[in-house]
Amino acid sequence: MSEMKTINFMGLRKFSTIFSALLILLSIGSFVVNGMHFGLDFTGGTQIQVSYSETPDLEEIRSIISDAGYTNFEVVNFRTDQDLQIRIQETGVSEGDQEAGPGDASLVADEVVALLQSNTNADVERLGSGFIGSQVGEELREQGGLGMLVALIMIMIYIALRFQFKFSVGAVAALAHDVTITLGFFSLMQIDFDLTVLAALLAVIGYSLNDTIVVSDRIRENFRILRKSDPVELINISITQTFSRTIITSLTTLFVLLALFIFGGEMIKGFAIALIVGVLIGTYSSIYVAANVLLYMHISKEDLMQPIKEGEELDSLP
Amino acid sequence: MLNKYPLWKNLLILFIVVMGIVYATPNFYAPDPAIQISHDSGIVDQSALDSAVFALGADGIEYFDPVLEDGNALIRLRNADEQSRAQQVVNLDLPEEYIVALNMAPNTPGWLDSLGAGPMTYGLDLRGGVHFLMEVDMEAAVYKQLTDSAASMRTLFREEGLRYRPPLEVDDNNRIAVQFTNAETRSAAIDLIRDEFPDFLFRTSESGGNYFLYYTMSELAMLQLQDYALQQNLTTLRTRVDELGVKEPKVQPMGNSRIIIELPGIQDTTRAKDLISAVATLQFHLAAEPGAAPGTTMEYIDPRTGGPLLVDRDIIISGENITQAQTSFDPQSSLPQVQISLDAVGARQWNEATRANIGRRTPILLIETKTRTVTERDESGELVSRSEPYTEERVISAPTIQAALGRQFVITGIPTIQEANDIALLIRSGALAAPMYFLEEYAIGPSLGQDNINRGLMSVQIGMGMVLIFMLVYYRLCGLAANIALVVNLMLLVAVMSIIGGTLTLPGIAGIVLTVGMAVDANVLIFARIREELRNGMPVQKAIDGGFGRAFVTILDANITTFLVAIILYSIGTGPVRGFAVTLSIGILTSMFTAIMVTRAIINLVYGGRNVKRISIGVKVPEAGATA
Repeated sequence: MSEMKTINFMGLRKFSTIFSALLILLSIGSFVVNGMHFGLDFTGGTQIQVSYSETPDLEEIRSIISDAGYTNFEVVNFRTDQDLQIRIQETGVSEGDQEAGPGDASLVADEVVALLQSNTNADVERLGSGFIGSQVGEELREQGGLGMLVALIMIMIYIALRFQFKFSVGAVAALAHDVTITLGFFSLMQIDFDLTVLAALLAVIGYSLNDTIVVSDRIRENFRILRKSDPVELINISITQTFSRTIITSLTTLFVLLALFIFGGEMIKGFAIALIVGVLIGTYSSIYVAANVLLYMHISKEDLMQPIKEGEELDSLP
Repeated sequence: MLNKYPLWKNLLILFIVVMGIVYATPNFYAPDPAIQISHDSGIVDQSALDSAVFALGADGIEYFDPVLEDGNALIRLRNADEQSRAQQVVNLDLPEEYIVALNMAPNTPGWLDSLGAGPMTYGLDLRGGVHFLMEVDMEAAVYKQLTDSAASMRTLFREEGLRYRPPLEVDDNNRIAVQFTNAETRSAAIDLIRDEFPDFLFRTSESGGNYFLYYTMSELAMLQLQDYALQQNLTTLRTRVDELGVKEPKVQPMGNSRIIIELPGIQDTTRAKDLISAVATLQFHLAAEPGAAPGTTMEYIDPRTGGPLLVDRDIIISGENITQAQTSFDPQSSLPQVQISLDAVGARQWNEATRANIGRRTPILLIETKTRTVTERDESGELVSRSEPYTEERVISAPTIQAALGRQFVITGIPTIQEANDIALLIRSGALAAPMYFLEEYAIGPSLGQDNINRGLMSVQIGMGMVLIFMLVYYRLCGLAANIALVVNLMLLVAVMSIIGGTLTLPGIAGIVLTVGMAVDANVLIFARIREELRNGMPVQKAIDGGFGRAFVTILDANITTFLVAIILYSIGTGPVRGFAVTLSIGILTSMFTAIMVTRAIINLVYGGRNVKRISIGVKVPEAGATA
């Protein structure tokens, strides 16, 4: 038998239940109060095209716009290196005034052009401006929720078949827990939610699930082979055995993410934050949420005692 | 013998690794800015290329390596800033059947190219791409809505036995004009229409015993229609760009009637341009009965005889009723054909019409609105480009009805597979609610500054380096094996992404490195198990074997579940979500291969098949019972 000392993780289960419940309530509360702060990808904004009489430094332009208090914008060259296409989230237009295409004056475009003119000796000519809509199709938003639901159901079915129904409830609870809290963090901190962050959120789902399955796998194994019957003790043993792996994997992943966060520049910051939060929460939930749900559902040795031959087969694998 | 891979297994691993290196290599060669020339219907010949090259030379634009490839011409440019100018110069020089587009030409060495290897495309954030601004023709949208409604009114009156005076058509003032012979019929018509067409306002007038009824669209209905047309076109364009295989595009509305499309440096820009703007719709008609009234027919060329073919004006079903279109081959003639599936409404109408008209022909009309860019010199000698819409209507096939047809059937008689593919793609990606034309086309630079890109790449290297160092320190020699596997994994991932034509964005790169960070997990699981076995007093060889064997179950369970998520995300998601799902599933497959097979092969080579007492896995092992 393992000589490793079993850590009483489940001793804190009451406390962790309250902790998780609080985090989720806080997240939902923040959705209601703050909503989500969507990025340029989702909201659209104003597009302004200008032409410089001398080639401008793009980095300088970006910092001028940034210093003026715009947070969500994009500056690219078009046609030549003297022409700039600027997109910012602000539309600055009152509700009634929606007739604006290129060539129409909009307040934001005026402001931005004036801003650029006052910061350069070169001539800045305004070529055109207009409102741009969301880069994300309606279908992504509409199907997004449904898609998540289908995904959750499929995962539940698979885990129920491969493990047992109680495990699938545990895994899905952990997944929903992680996604809600990560989103809640974005809402609370008012960080822009753009397509990059969406990708990060999907990665959190993958990570959370992976972590939960690894722990569940050990729980299943120990329920079958150990001659002990107290579920709390069996779960403590399982989590202790997988603990070093849980920590190491989280650490290596966090190494990458911290490097991205510290050195990666503005563009990857949101991505890195989403994942850092997701990985931390995912690590916590693989220990406390999934296992806790199993205990609340009174997992027992009988639940896992179907005769299965796999163990033997796999022992003889090369 | 324990822990020795047979030779074939080692060779297989080596083979996969070498293939990975080969297919990842093209990514080290940067592409050139270029312009691509293609011909409306046919191929570009040497004389056109010579002419284009001469025009470029005369304008002082530096180019190199002009080539003809797959019927298109490609001219590489020294200077990316001159790309738009070069496009205009060539557009002015060549006749208008030629399509000139901006392009990024890959620089894959010949031997790699012949193996089908090519680089990944860089995303809009890293290297920019092509920008199109399209104008949705709202007048045409309104006109189409009016003609459709007029047709529905005709059907409604006919079904209800209401006598009106033909033609019931849209007049020059964008009104649907209906004529009756008496006021009673007219008021009956008004009552009938009020329920069916709530969006219309009507006005009446009388003259010379004729009772007129005019329908116009309400202001609100017009706005709704414009909004609908814009949304519908956006959706269709997104699908089309997706179907073209362009990853990470931007498609977004601008103002009330315009659409911006930005594509990262794609290979076949002329085809993209052609397919983006094409409004193609199929209409199924009946051939006109002999002696039909002149106003009720249209004349086309019969594809079978080349002679004239009179077609009944009424549409049985149109593109909206088509749910699926696929290219296939006729098993008998091996000619290309398009398989069509209809929705329930379309299927019913189609079945009724074909059942009642066995023996009659059903001309299938393909209506395409395309745009071409015309470049001219204005008074001051400046080059100005504008786009010009034109419509092509032709009967692509006019089969004779043999039996009542149902939900699925095939259209034969399409000459080339390329044409069949394009028709299928255009139908599949949905109809455009209104035609569109190009307002602007130009190259755009990367949205991330070089500074930002460098910082992103540096952070990725630092993160990767930290993982490698950690593994080495924590797991010693076994950690080194895992690190080699990790690097191989990264390379395989890049290779597979290149083969399937993925697009690389900065977040994408971060995502790849993240999968690498997570791929360590499999090795951590294996090593943790080996350490456990050793701690339980197992001899080294048994511990290695047992560790890999036991961890395998866990790795498989975890990866299958995540893979399942990836498949679901792919099947229900669009655009960026799909891209992520693809990267995720490739990452799962390559990391399973490297973490399990490659690491095992290395450890087997080092320790396998001999008597070892110690294994360098970062943990002290009791010396007891070390036999193989």
